[in-house]
Amino acid sequence: MLDVQKIRDDFPILTREVNGKPLVYFDNAATSQTPQVVIDAIVDYYSSYNANIHRGVHTLSQEATDAYEIARKKIQEHFGAKYAHEIILTSGTTHSINIIATGFTSLLSKGDEIIVSALEHHSNIVPWQMLCERTGAILKVIPMNEDGELVMNVYDQLLSNSTKLVFTNHISNALGTINPIEEIIEKAHRVGAAVLIDGAQACPHVKPDVKALDVDFYVASAHKLCGPTGVGMLYGKEDWLNKLPPYQGGGEMIEQVTFEKTTYAGLPHKFEAGTPNICGGIAFGVALDYMNSIGFDNIAAYENELLEYGTQKLLEIEGLKIYGTSKNKTSVISFNLDNIHPYDVGTIVDKLGIAVRTGHHCAQPIMDFYKIPGTVRASFSFYNTKEEIDALVEAVKKAKMMLS
Amino acid sequence: MTIQEIQEEIVDEFSMFDDWMQRYEYMIELGKSLPLIEEKYKTDDNIIKGCQSKVWVHAEMKNDKVEFTADSDAIITKGIIAILIRVFSGQHPSAIIEADTDFIDEIGLKEHLSPTRANGLVSMIKQLKMYAIAYQTQLN
Repeated sequence: MLDVQKIRDDFPILTREVNGKPLVYFDNAATSQTPQVVIDAIVDYYSSYNANIHRGVHTLSQEATDAYEIARKKIQEHFGAKYAHEIILTSGTTHSINIIATGFTSLLSKGDEIIVSALEHHSNIVPWQMLCERTGAILKVIPMNEDGELVMNVYDQLLSNSTKLVFTNHISNALGTINPIEEIIEKAHRVGAAVLIDGAQACPHVKPDVKALDVDFYVASAHKLCGPTGVGMLYGKEDWLNKLPPYQGGGEMIEQVTFEKTTYAGLPHKFEAGTPNICGGIAFGVALDYMNSIGFDNIAAYENELLEYGTQKLLEIEGLKIYGTSKNKTSVISFNLDNIHPYDVGTIVDKLGIAVRTGHHCAQPIMDFYKIPGTVRASFSFYNTKEEIDALVEAVKKAKMMLS
Repeated sequence: MTIQEIQEEIVDEFSMFDDWMQRYEYMIELGKSLPLIEEKYKTDDNIIKGCQSKVWVHAEMKNDKVEFTADSDAIITKGIIAILIRVFSGQHPSAIIEADTDFIDEIGLKEHLSPTRANGLVSMIKQLKMYAIAYQTQLN
Protein backbone atom coordinates (compact mmCIF):
# COMPACT_ATOMS: atom_id res chain seq x y z
CA MET A 1 0.00 0.00 0.00
CA LEU A 2 1.16 3.49 -0.84
CA ASP A 3 1.16 6.26 1.70
CA VAL A 4 -0.05 8.81 -0.83
CA GLN A 5 -0.06 11.75 1.56
CA LYS A 6 3.58 11.09 2.38
CA ILE A 7 4.42 10.75 -1.31
CA ARG A 8 2.69 14.05 -2.07
CA ASP A 9 4.99 15.76 0.40
CA ASP A 10 7.88 14.77 -1.86
CA PHE A 11 6.51 17.00 -4.65
CA PRO A 12 6.71 20.71 -3.84
CA ILE A 13 4.63 21.72 -6.87
CA LEU A 14 1.57 19.85 -5.57
CA THR A 15 1.02 22.49 -2.88
CA ARG A 16 0.58 25.36 -5.32
CA GLU A 17 -2.64 26.96 -6.39
CA VAL A 18 -3.91 27.60 -9.91
CA ASN A 19 -6.59 30.24 -10.51
CA GLY A 20 -7.13 30.37 -6.76
CA LYS A 21 -7.78 26.62 -6.44
CA PRO A 22 -5.47 23.85 -5.27
CA LEU A 23 -3.67 22.42 -8.29
CA VAL A 24 -5.00 19.08 -9.50
CA TYR A 25 -2.39 17.79 -11.90
CA PHE A 26 -3.83 15.28 -14.35
CA ASP A 27 -1.50 15.83 -17.27
CA ASN A 28 0.98 13.18 -16.21
CA ALA A 29 1.03 11.52 -19.61
CA ALA A 30 2.51 14.74 -20.99
CA THR A 31 5.07 15.13 -18.23
CA SER A 32 5.35 13.97 -14.65
CA GLN A 33 6.08 16.22 -11.70
CA THR A 34 9.46 16.32 -10.02
CA PRO A 35 10.16 15.11 -6.47
CA GLN A 36 12.44 17.07 -4.14
CA VAL A 37 15.23 14.46 -4.35
CA VAL A 38 15.51 15.05 -8.09
CA ILE A 39 15.40 18.82 -7.68
CA ASP A 40 18.13 18.47 -5.01
CA ALA A 41 20.28 16.39 -7.36
CA ILE A 42 20.05 19.12 -10.00
CA VAL A 43 20.94 21.85 -7.50
CA ASP A 44 23.73 19.72 -6.05
CA TYR A 45 25.27 19.13 -9.46
CA TYR A 46 25.42 22.82 -10.32
CA SER A 47 26.45 23.80 -6.77
CA SER A 48 29.17 21.22 -6.21
CA TYR A 49 30.61 19.49 -9.26
CA ASN A 50 29.52 21.07 -12.52
CA ALA A 51 32.17 20.14 -15.10
CA ASN A 52 32.49 18.64 -18.54
CA ILE A 53 32.82 14.89 -18.57
CA HIS A 54 34.96 12.17 -20.15
CA ARG A 55 37.84 14.52 -20.86
CA GLY A 56 39.24 16.41 -17.89
CA VAL A 57 41.75 15.00 -15.44
CA HIS A 58 40.72 17.45 -12.77
CA THR A 59 38.68 16.37 -9.79
CA LEU A 60 35.40 18.03 -10.73
CA SER A 61 35.43 16.49 -14.17
CA GLN A 62 36.13 13.10 -12.65
CA GLU A 63 33.31 13.47 -10.14
CA ALA A 64 30.87 14.54 -12.84
CA THR A 65 31.98 11.69 -15.12
CA ASP A 66 31.55 9.17 -12.32
CA ALA A 67 28.08 10.47 -11.47
CA TYR A 68 27.05 10.40 -15.12
CA GLU A 69 28.31 6.85 -15.63
CA ILE A 70 26.66 5.72 -12.41
CA ALA A 71 23.40 7.08 -13.83
CA ARG A 72 23.93 5.05 -17.00
CA LYS A 73 24.48 1.98 -14.85
CA LYS A 74 21.24 2.67 -12.95
CA ILE A 75 19.36 2.99 -16.24
CA GLN A 76 20.92 -0.27 -17.43
CA GLU A 77 19.83 -2.06 -14.27
CA HIS A 78 16.38 -0.54 -14.33
CA PHE A 79 15.69 -1.63 -17.89
CA GLY A 80 17.44 -4.95 -17.52
CA ALA A 81 20.02 -4.39 -20.27
CA LYS A 82 22.97 -6.76 -20.47
CA TYR A 83 25.63 -4.03 -20.74
CA ALA A 84 25.82 -0.39 -19.65
CA HIS A 85 27.15 0.53 -23.09
CA GLU A 86 23.87 -0.60 -24.61
CA ILE A 87 22.30 2.46 -22.97
CA ILE A 88 22.69 5.62 -25.04
CA LEU A 89 21.76 8.82 -23.26
CA THR A 90 19.78 11.09 -25.57
CA SER A 91 17.72 14.25 -25.33
CA GLY A 92 14.56 12.19 -25.13
CA THR A 93 12.39 9.65 -26.90
CA THR A 94 12.13 11.62 -30.13
CA HIS A 95 15.90 11.92 -30.36
CA SER A 96 16.26 8.20 -29.63
CA ILE A 97 13.80 7.27 -32.38
CA ASN A 98 15.57 9.52 -34.86
CA ILE A 99 18.90 7.82 -34.16
CA ILE A 100 17.35 4.53 -35.25
CA ALA A 101 15.34 5.93 -38.16
CA THR A 102 18.41 7.72 -39.53
CA GLY A 103 20.66 4.76 -38.88
CA PHE A 104 18.42 2.43 -40.84
CA THR A 105 18.83 4.55 -43.96
CA SER A 106 21.92 2.59 -44.91
CA LEU A 107 20.33 -0.75 -44.01
CA LEU A 108 17.16 -0.53 -46.10
CA SER A 109 16.59 -0.76 -49.80
CA LYS A 110 13.67 -0.11 -52.12
CA GLY A 111 10.74 -2.40 -51.44
CA ASP A 112 11.70 -3.19 -47.86
CA GLU A 113 8.86 -2.73 -45.41
CA ILE A 114 8.47 -0.98 -42.08
CA ILE A 115 5.44 -1.72 -39.94
CA VAL A 116 4.10 0.85 -37.49
CA SER A 117 0.99 0.81 -35.35
CA ALA A 118 -2.07 3.00 -35.82
CA LEU A 119 -1.75 4.11 -32.20
CA GLU A 120 1.33 6.19 -32.76
CA HIS A 121 2.27 9.66 -31.65
CA HIS A 122 3.31 12.00 -34.50
CA SER A 123 6.92 11.78 -33.40
CA ASN A 124 6.65 8.07 -34.16
CA ILE A 125 5.17 8.43 -37.61
CA VAL A 126 7.15 11.24 -39.20
CA PRO A 127 10.69 9.80 -38.81
CA TRP A 128 9.54 6.59 -40.54
CA GLN A 129 7.87 8.47 -43.36
CA MET A 130 11.12 10.35 -43.83
CA LEU A 131 13.07 7.10 -43.74
CA CYS A 132 10.77 5.65 -46.41
CA GLU A 133 11.27 8.72 -48.59
CA ARG A 134 15.03 8.34 -48.32
CA THR A 135 15.17 4.63 -49.00
CA GLY A 136 12.10 3.73 -51.05
CA ALA A 137 10.92 1.47 -48.26
CA ILE A 138 7.18 1.07 -47.70
CA LEU A 139 5.31 1.98 -44.54
CA LYS A 140 2.56 -0.41 -43.41
CA VAL A 141 0.17 0.23 -40.56
CA ILE A 142 -1.33 -2.16 -38.00
CA PRO A 143 -4.92 -0.87 -37.68
CA MET A 144 -6.80 -0.33 -34.45
CA ASN A 145 -10.31 -1.34 -33.39
CA GLU A 146 -13.07 0.62 -31.69
CA ASP A 147 -11.66 -0.18 -28.22
CA GLY A 148 -8.33 1.35 -29.20
CA GLU A 149 -6.52 -1.98 -29.51
CA LEU A 150 -4.26 -3.15 -32.31
CA VAL A 151 -5.83 -5.66 -34.68
CA MET A 152 -3.30 -8.43 -34.34
CA ASN A 153 -4.48 -10.73 -37.11
CA VAL A 154 -3.83 -7.94 -39.59
CA TYR A 155 -0.35 -7.63 -38.12
CA ASP A 156 0.19 -11.31 -38.90
CA GLN A 157 -0.77 -10.65 -42.51
CA LEU A 158 1.48 -7.60 -42.83
CA LEU A 159 4.57 -9.49 -41.71
CA SER A 160 6.69 -10.97 -44.47
CA ASN A 161 10.28 -11.50 -45.48
CA SER A 162 10.27 -7.91 -46.71
CA THR A 163 9.60 -6.62 -43.20
CA LYS A 164 12.80 -5.12 -41.85
CA LEU A 165 11.60 -3.08 -38.92
CA VAL A 166 8.53 -3.05 -36.68
CA PHE A 167 7.77 -0.09 -34.55
CA THR A 168 5.07 0.48 -31.96
CA ASN A 169 4.61 2.16 -28.65
CA HIS A 170 4.44 0.01 -25.56
CA ILE A 171 1.47 2.04 -24.31
CA SER A 172 -0.57 4.53 -26.35
CA ASN A 173 -0.26 8.13 -25.19
CA ALA A 174 -3.68 9.16 -26.41
CA LEU A 175 -5.71 6.22 -25.12
CA GLY A 176 -3.57 4.38 -22.58
CA THR A 177 -3.87 1.00 -24.35
CA ILE A 178 -1.13 -1.47 -23.39
CA ASN A 179 0.01 -3.12 -26.60
CA PRO A 180 0.91 -6.83 -26.73
CA ILE A 181 4.57 -6.13 -27.38
CA GLU A 182 5.78 -9.62 -26.43
CA GLU A 183 3.73 -11.05 -29.27
CA ILE A 184 4.72 -8.23 -31.63
CA ILE A 185 8.43 -8.79 -30.95
CA GLU A 186 8.27 -12.56 -31.17
CA LYS A 187 6.44 -12.57 -34.48
CA ALA A 188 8.68 -9.88 -36.00
CA HIS A 189 11.75 -11.89 -35.10
CA ARG A 190 10.32 -14.93 -36.86
CA VAL A 191 10.58 -13.04 -40.17
CA GLY A 192 13.94 -11.54 -39.25
CA ALA A 193 12.72 -7.99 -38.59
CA ALA A 194 14.10 -5.73 -35.88
CA VAL A 195 11.70 -4.22 -33.33
CA LEU A 196 11.80 -0.78 -31.76
CA ILE A 197 9.45 -0.14 -28.86
CA ASP A 198 8.62 3.37 -27.68
CA GLY A 199 8.33 3.13 -23.92
CA ALA A 200 7.72 6.83 -23.23
CA GLN A 201 4.20 6.23 -21.91
CA ALA A 202 4.86 2.82 -20.44
CA CYS A 203 7.84 3.59 -18.23
CA PRO A 204 5.97 5.61 -15.60
CA HIS A 205 3.71 2.60 -15.02
CA VAL A 206 5.70 -0.55 -15.66
CA LYS A 207 9.30 -1.67 -15.43
CA PRO A 208 10.21 -3.22 -18.76
CA ASP A 209 12.88 -5.91 -18.93
CA VAL A 210 14.51 -5.51 -22.32
CA LYS A 211 16.41 -8.76 -22.06
CA ALA A 212 13.34 -10.82 -21.24
CA LEU A 213 11.40 -9.03 -23.98
CA ASP A 214 14.26 -9.75 -26.38
CA VAL A 215 13.51 -6.36 -27.93
CA ASP A 216 16.09 -4.87 -30.28
CA PHE A 217 15.57 -1.23 -29.34
CA TYR A 218 13.64 0.40 -26.51
CA VAL A 219 13.37 4.14 -25.94
CA ALA A 220 12.11 6.37 -23.13
CA SER A 221 12.21 9.90 -21.70
CA ALA A 222 13.21 10.89 -18.17
CA HIS A 223 10.57 13.57 -17.80
CA LYS A 224 7.72 11.07 -17.76
CA LEU A 225 9.48 9.25 -14.93
CA CYS A 226 9.79 12.08 -12.41
CA GLY A 227 13.05 13.18 -14.03
CA PRO A 228 13.92 16.41 -15.84
CA THR A 229 13.06 17.29 -19.45
CA GLY A 230 15.68 17.15 -22.18
CA VAL A 231 17.08 13.73 -21.35
CA GLY A 232 16.10 10.23 -22.32
CA MET A 233 17.54 6.95 -23.36
CA LEU A 234 17.94 4.54 -26.20
CA TYR A 235 18.52 0.90 -25.44
CA GLY A 236 19.87 -1.14 -28.30
CA LYS A 237 21.25 -4.64 -28.47
CA GLU A 238 25.02 -4.41 -28.74
CA ASP A 239 25.10 -6.02 -32.19
CA TRP A 240 22.55 -3.62 -33.55
CA LEU A 241 24.25 -0.55 -32.12
CA ASN A 242 27.54 -1.67 -33.63
CA LYS A 243 25.84 -2.12 -36.99
CA LEU A 244 24.21 1.31 -37.08
CA PRO A 245 26.23 4.33 -38.23
CA PRO A 246 26.68 7.30 -35.89
CA TYR A 247 23.86 9.83 -35.89
CA GLN A 248 25.73 13.08 -35.37
CA GLY A 249 29.35 13.98 -35.77
CA GLY A 250 31.14 15.89 -33.05
CA GLY A 251 33.31 15.67 -30.00
CA GLU A 252 33.17 12.63 -27.74
CA MET A 253 32.01 10.27 -30.51
CA ILE A 254 35.42 9.93 -32.11
CA GLU A 255 38.45 7.81 -31.42
CA GLN A 256 40.92 9.47 -33.74
CA VAL A 257 40.56 12.36 -36.12
CA THR A 258 42.78 13.37 -38.99
CA PHE A 259 41.59 15.25 -42.05
CA GLU A 260 41.94 12.04 -44.03
CA LYS A 261 39.96 9.76 -41.78
CA THR A 262 38.14 9.64 -38.49
CA THR A 263 37.56 6.49 -36.53
CA TYR A 264 34.58 6.37 -34.26
CA ALA A 265 34.58 5.73 -30.58
CA GLY A 266 33.03 2.55 -29.26
CA LEU A 267 29.65 2.25 -27.58
CA PRO A 268 27.99 4.19 -26.09
CA HIS A 269 30.04 7.26 -27.09
CA LYS A 270 29.60 6.67 -30.82
CA PHE A 271 26.03 7.96 -30.42
CA GLU A 272 26.78 10.68 -27.87
CA ALA A 273 28.41 13.46 -29.86
CA GLY A 274 29.04 16.72 -28.04
CA THR A 275 28.64 17.64 -24.42
CA PRO A 276 25.58 15.79 -23.18
CA ASN A 277 22.91 16.88 -20.71
CA ILE A 278 25.15 15.87 -17.82
CA CYS A 279 22.98 17.18 -15.02
CA GLY A 280 19.88 15.71 -16.69
CA GLY A 281 21.49 12.30 -16.99
CA ILE A 282 22.47 12.28 -13.33
CA ALA A 283 19.00 13.44 -12.30
CA PHE A 284 17.47 10.70 -14.52
CA GLY A 285 19.30 8.13 -12.40
CA VAL A 286 18.05 9.72 -9.19
CA ALA A 287 14.49 9.75 -10.54
CA LEU A 288 14.70 6.02 -11.28
CA ASP A 289 15.93 5.41 -7.73
CA TYR A 290 12.98 7.38 -6.43
CA MET A 291 10.44 5.46 -8.52
CA ASN A 292 12.00 2.15 -7.56
CA SER A 293 11.92 3.08 -3.88
CA ILE A 294 8.15 3.39 -4.22
CA GLY A 295 8.04 0.23 -6.29
CA PHE A 296 6.47 -0.30 -9.69
CA ASP A 297 4.12 -3.00 -8.43
CA ASN A 298 2.76 -0.58 -5.85
CA ILE A 299 2.54 2.16 -8.46
CA ALA A 300 0.67 -0.04 -10.94
CA ALA A 301 -1.77 -1.35 -8.33
CA TYR A 302 -2.61 2.11 -7.03
CA GLU A 303 -2.89 3.70 -10.48
CA ASN A 304 -5.25 0.92 -11.52
CA GLU A 305 -7.40 1.75 -8.54
CA LEU A 306 -7.44 5.40 -9.66
CA LEU A 307 -8.26 4.34 -13.22
CA GLU A 308 -11.21 2.23 -12.11
CA TYR A 309 -12.50 4.89 -9.77
CA GLY A 310 -12.09 7.67 -12.36
CA THR A 311 -13.71 5.62 -15.12
CA GLN A 312 -16.70 4.79 -12.98
CA LYS A 313 -17.17 8.36 -11.70
CA LEU A 314 -16.75 10.02 -15.08
CA LEU A 315 -19.16 7.60 -16.75
CA GLU A 316 -21.83 8.68 -14.27
CA ILE A 317 -21.90 12.00 -16.15
CA GLU A 318 -24.58 11.77 -18.81
CA GLY A 319 -23.31 12.16 -22.34
CA LEU A 320 -19.69 11.44 -21.46
CA LYS A 321 -17.90 9.02 -23.76
CA ILE A 322 -14.53 7.44 -23.05
CA TYR A 323 -12.19 6.65 -25.95
CA GLY A 324 -9.82 3.75 -25.41
CA THR A 325 -11.74 1.04 -23.61
CA SER A 326 -9.29 -1.83 -23.76
CA LYS A 327 -9.21 -4.02 -20.67
CA ASN A 328 -5.46 -3.66 -20.91
CA LYS A 329 -4.82 -0.02 -20.23
CA THR A 330 -3.01 2.33 -17.90
CA SER A 331 -4.35 5.26 -15.93
CA VAL A 332 -5.27 7.45 -18.88
CA ILE A 333 -8.86 8.49 -19.53
CA SER A 334 -9.53 10.19 -22.85
CA PHE A 335 -13.08 11.48 -23.09
CA ASN A 336 -15.53 13.91 -24.63
CA LEU A 337 -18.87 15.33 -23.63
CA ASP A 338 -21.67 14.99 -26.16
CA ASN A 339 -21.47 17.75 -28.77
CA ILE A 340 -19.00 19.80 -26.73
CA HIS A 341 -15.55 20.61 -28.05
CA PRO A 342 -12.73 19.25 -25.85
CA TYR A 343 -11.05 22.64 -25.94
CA ASP A 344 -14.08 24.21 -24.24
CA VAL A 345 -14.08 21.60 -21.50
CA GLY A 346 -10.33 21.98 -20.96
CA THR A 347 -10.64 25.75 -20.66
CA ILE A 348 -13.32 25.54 -17.98
CA VAL A 349 -11.63 22.83 -15.91
CA ASP A 350 -8.36 24.77 -16.04
CA LYS A 351 -10.22 27.70 -14.51
CA LEU A 352 -11.03 25.34 -11.67
CA GLY A 353 -7.38 24.53 -11.07
CA ILE A 354 -7.33 21.21 -12.93
CA ALA A 355 -4.64 20.48 -15.50
CA VAL A 356 -5.79 18.13 -18.25
CA ARG A 357 -4.66 17.86 -21.80
CA THR A 358 -6.99 18.72 -24.64
CA GLY A 359 -6.54 18.30 -28.36
CA HIS A 360 -5.40 15.54 -30.62
CA HIS A 361 -2.48 14.53 -28.34
CA CYS A 362 -0.16 14.52 -31.34
CA ALA A 363 -2.03 11.45 -32.52
CA GLN A 364 -4.25 12.79 -35.28
CA PRO A 365 -4.74 9.42 -37.00
CA ILE A 366 -6.41 8.12 -33.83
CA MET A 367 -8.73 11.15 -33.72
CA ASP A 368 -9.53 10.63 -37.40
CA PHE A 369 -10.44 7.02 -36.62
CA TYR A 370 -13.02 8.15 -34.06
CA LYS A 371 -14.00 11.15 -36.26
CA ILE A 372 -13.47 13.64 -33.44
CA PRO A 373 -11.36 16.81 -33.29
CA GLY A 374 -9.67 15.65 -30.11
CA THR A 375 -10.39 14.59 -26.57
CA VAL A 376 -9.95 15.74 -23.02
CA ARG A 377 -7.32 13.51 -21.47
CA ALA A 378 -6.89 13.02 -17.75
CA SER A 379 -3.86 10.92 -16.85
CA PHE A 380 -3.25 9.85 -13.28
CA SER A 381 -0.03 9.25 -11.44
CA PHE A 382 0.78 7.58 -8.13
CA TYR A 383 0.73 10.97 -6.35
CA ASN A 384 -2.86 11.69 -7.37
CA THR A 385 -5.84 10.95 -5.14
CA LYS A 386 -9.48 9.96 -5.42
CA GLU A 387 -10.42 13.35 -3.96
CA GLU A 388 -8.70 14.96 -6.92
CA ILE A 389 -10.73 12.75 -9.26
CA ASP A 390 -13.86 13.94 -7.46
CA ALA A 391 -12.74 17.52 -8.13
CA LEU A 392 -12.32 16.66 -11.82
CA VAL A 393 -15.77 15.12 -11.98
CA GLU A 394 -17.30 18.21 -10.40
CA ALA A 395 -15.39 20.44 -12.80
CA VAL A 396 -16.54 18.45 -15.82
CA LYS A 397 -20.13 18.67 -14.58
CA LYS A 398 -19.75 22.42 -14.23
CA ALA A 399 -18.26 22.66 -17.72
CA LYS A 400 -21.16 20.66 -19.07
CA MET A 401 -23.64 22.95 -17.39
CA MET A 402 -21.95 26.06 -18.77
CA LEU A 403 -21.39 24.72 -22.25
CA SER A 404 -24.60 22.86 -23.06
CA MET B 1 -19.69 53.78 -33.25
CA THR B 2 -15.94 53.88 -33.44
CA ILE B 3 -13.80 50.89 -32.52
CA GLN B 4 -12.82 52.69 -29.34
CA GLU B 5 -16.46 53.23 -28.36
CA ILE B 6 -17.43 49.65 -29.02
CA GLN B 7 -14.51 48.43 -26.92
CA GLU B 8 -15.57 50.70 -24.05
CA GLU B 9 -19.10 49.37 -24.34
CA ILE B 10 -17.85 45.77 -24.10
CA VAL B 11 -15.62 46.61 -21.14
CA ASP B 12 -18.67 48.15 -19.45
CA GLU B 13 -20.77 45.06 -20.06
CA PHE B 14 -18.10 42.76 -18.65
CA SER B 15 -17.55 44.96 -15.59
CA MET B 16 -20.97 43.86 -14.30
CA PHE B 17 -19.62 40.40 -13.52
CA ASP B 18 -17.57 39.62 -10.45
CA ASP B 19 -16.29 36.20 -11.30
CA TRP B 20 -14.80 34.36 -14.22
CA MET B 21 -17.74 31.99 -14.56
CA GLN B 22 -20.18 34.78 -15.28
CA ARG B 23 -17.72 36.34 -17.71
CA TYR B 24 -17.33 33.07 -19.57
CA GLU B 25 -21.07 32.50 -19.60
CA TYR B 26 -21.56 35.96 -21.08
CA MET B 27 -18.87 35.31 -23.65
CA ILE B 28 -20.64 32.09 -24.62
CA GLU B 29 -23.87 34.11 -24.95
CA LEU B 30 -22.13 36.59 -27.23
CA GLY B 31 -20.97 33.68 -29.35
CA LYS B 32 -24.59 32.96 -30.16
CA SER B 33 -24.99 36.38 -31.80
CA LEU B 34 -21.94 35.93 -34.02
CA PRO B 35 -22.67 36.81 -37.66
CA LEU B 36 -22.24 33.33 -39.08
CA ILE B 37 -20.03 32.63 -42.05
CA GLU B 38 -21.83 31.15 -45.06
CA GLU B 39 -21.27 27.41 -45.41
CA LYS B 40 -19.56 27.84 -48.79
CA TYR B 41 -16.82 29.90 -47.12
CA LYS B 42 -16.10 27.26 -44.49
CA THR B 43 -13.08 26.05 -46.42
CA ASP B 44 -9.64 25.03 -45.23
CA ASP B 45 -8.27 28.25 -46.72
CA ASN B 46 -10.42 30.26 -44.33
CA ILE B 47 -9.35 28.41 -41.21
CA ILE B 48 -7.20 30.43 -38.84
CA LYS B 49 -4.03 28.56 -38.02
CA GLY B 50 -2.87 28.29 -34.44
CA CYS B 51 -6.17 27.39 -32.83
CA GLN B 52 -6.89 24.06 -31.16
CA SER B 53 -10.46 24.44 -32.30
CA LYS B 54 -11.44 25.37 -35.82
CA VAL B 55 -12.14 29.01 -36.58
CA TRP B 56 -13.29 30.13 -40.02
CA VAL B 57 -13.36 33.79 -40.97
CA HIS B 58 -14.62 35.47 -44.11
CA ALA B 59 -14.35 39.17 -44.97
CA GLU B 60 -16.11 41.35 -47.51
CA MET B 61 -15.82 45.03 -48.30
CA LYS B 62 -19.09 47.01 -48.46
CA ASN B 63 -19.05 50.79 -48.91
CA ASP B 64 -15.44 51.01 -47.80
CA LYS B 65 -16.22 49.09 -44.60
CA VAL B 66 -15.01 45.58 -43.86
CA GLU B 67 -17.70 43.12 -42.83
CA PHE B 68 -16.63 39.93 -41.11
CA THR B 69 -18.46 36.66 -40.63
CA ALA B 70 -17.07 33.65 -38.77
CA ASP B 71 -17.75 30.41 -36.98
CA SER B 72 -15.98 27.97 -34.69
CA ASP B 73 -16.56 24.40 -33.57
CA ALA B 74 -15.80 25.35 -29.95
CA ILE B 75 -18.18 27.67 -28.19
CA ILE B 76 -15.69 29.58 -26.04
CA THR B 77 -13.67 30.28 -29.15
CA LYS B 78 -16.89 31.32 -30.88
CA GLY B 79 -17.47 33.82 -28.09
CA ILE B 80 -13.97 35.23 -28.47
CA ILE B 81 -14.24 35.66 -32.23
CA ALA B 82 -17.73 37.16 -31.77
CA ILE B 83 -16.26 39.84 -29.50
CA LEU B 84 -13.52 40.63 -32.01
CA ILE B 85 -15.98 40.83 -34.88
CA ARG B 86 -18.29 43.08 -32.92
CA VAL B 87 -15.33 45.43 -32.51
CA PHE B 88 -13.97 45.28 -36.04
CA SER B 89 -16.88 44.56 -38.36
CA GLY B 90 -18.35 47.55 -40.21
CA GLN B 91 -15.20 49.64 -39.75
CA HIS B 92 -12.95 51.29 -42.27
CA PRO B 93 -9.83 49.19 -43.01
CA SER B 94 -7.47 51.88 -41.73
CA ALA B 95 -9.31 52.00 -38.38
CA ILE B 96 -9.01 48.22 -38.05
CA ILE B 97 -5.31 48.31 -38.86
CA GLU B 98 -4.64 50.99 -36.26
CA ALA B 99 -6.86 49.62 -33.49
CA ASP B 100 -5.24 48.31 -30.35
CA THR B 101 -6.81 45.41 -28.49
CA ASP B 102 -5.90 46.15 -24.87
CA PHE B 103 -9.59 45.91 -23.94
CA ILE B 104 -9.23 42.12 -23.94
CA ASP B 105 -7.08 42.42 -20.86
CA GLU B 106 -9.71 44.68 -19.25
CA ILE B 107 -12.55 42.22 -19.75
CA GLY B 108 -10.63 39.56 -17.89
CA LEU B 109 -9.52 37.45 -20.81
CA LYS B 110 -5.88 38.34 -20.45
CA GLU B 111 -4.82 34.70 -20.26
CA HIS B 112 -6.05 34.24 -23.81
CA LEU B 113 -3.66 36.90 -25.04
CA SER B 114 -0.59 34.75 -24.60
CA PRO B 115 0.74 34.00 -28.06
CA THR B 116 1.22 30.38 -27.10
CA ARG B 117 -2.32 29.89 -25.89
CA ALA B 118 -3.98 27.16 -27.90
CA ASN B 119 -7.06 29.21 -28.78
CA GLY B 120 -5.06 31.47 -31.02
CA LEU B 121 -6.72 34.76 -30.05
CA VAL B 122 -3.56 36.48 -31.23
CA SER B 123 -3.80 34.65 -34.57
CA MET B 124 -7.43 35.72 -34.88
CA ILE B 125 -6.57 39.40 -34.36
CA LYS B 126 -3.73 39.09 -36.81
CA GLN B 127 -5.97 37.49 -39.42
CA LEU B 128 -8.67 40.16 -39.10
CA LYS B 129 -6.04 42.86 -39.48
CA MET B 130 -4.55 41.08 -42.50
CA TYR B 131 -7.93 41.32 -44.24
CA ALA B 132 -8.06 45.02 -43.38
CA ILE B 133 -4.57 45.54 -44.80
CA ALA B 134 -5.58 43.75 -48.00
CA TYR B 135 -8.65 45.93 -48.43
CA GLN B 136 -6.72 49.07 -47.55
CA THR B 137 -4.34 48.28 -50.39
CA GLN B 138 -7.31 48.09 -52.78
CA LEU B 139 -8.48 51.52 -51.64
CA ASN B 140 -5.10 53.17 -52.17
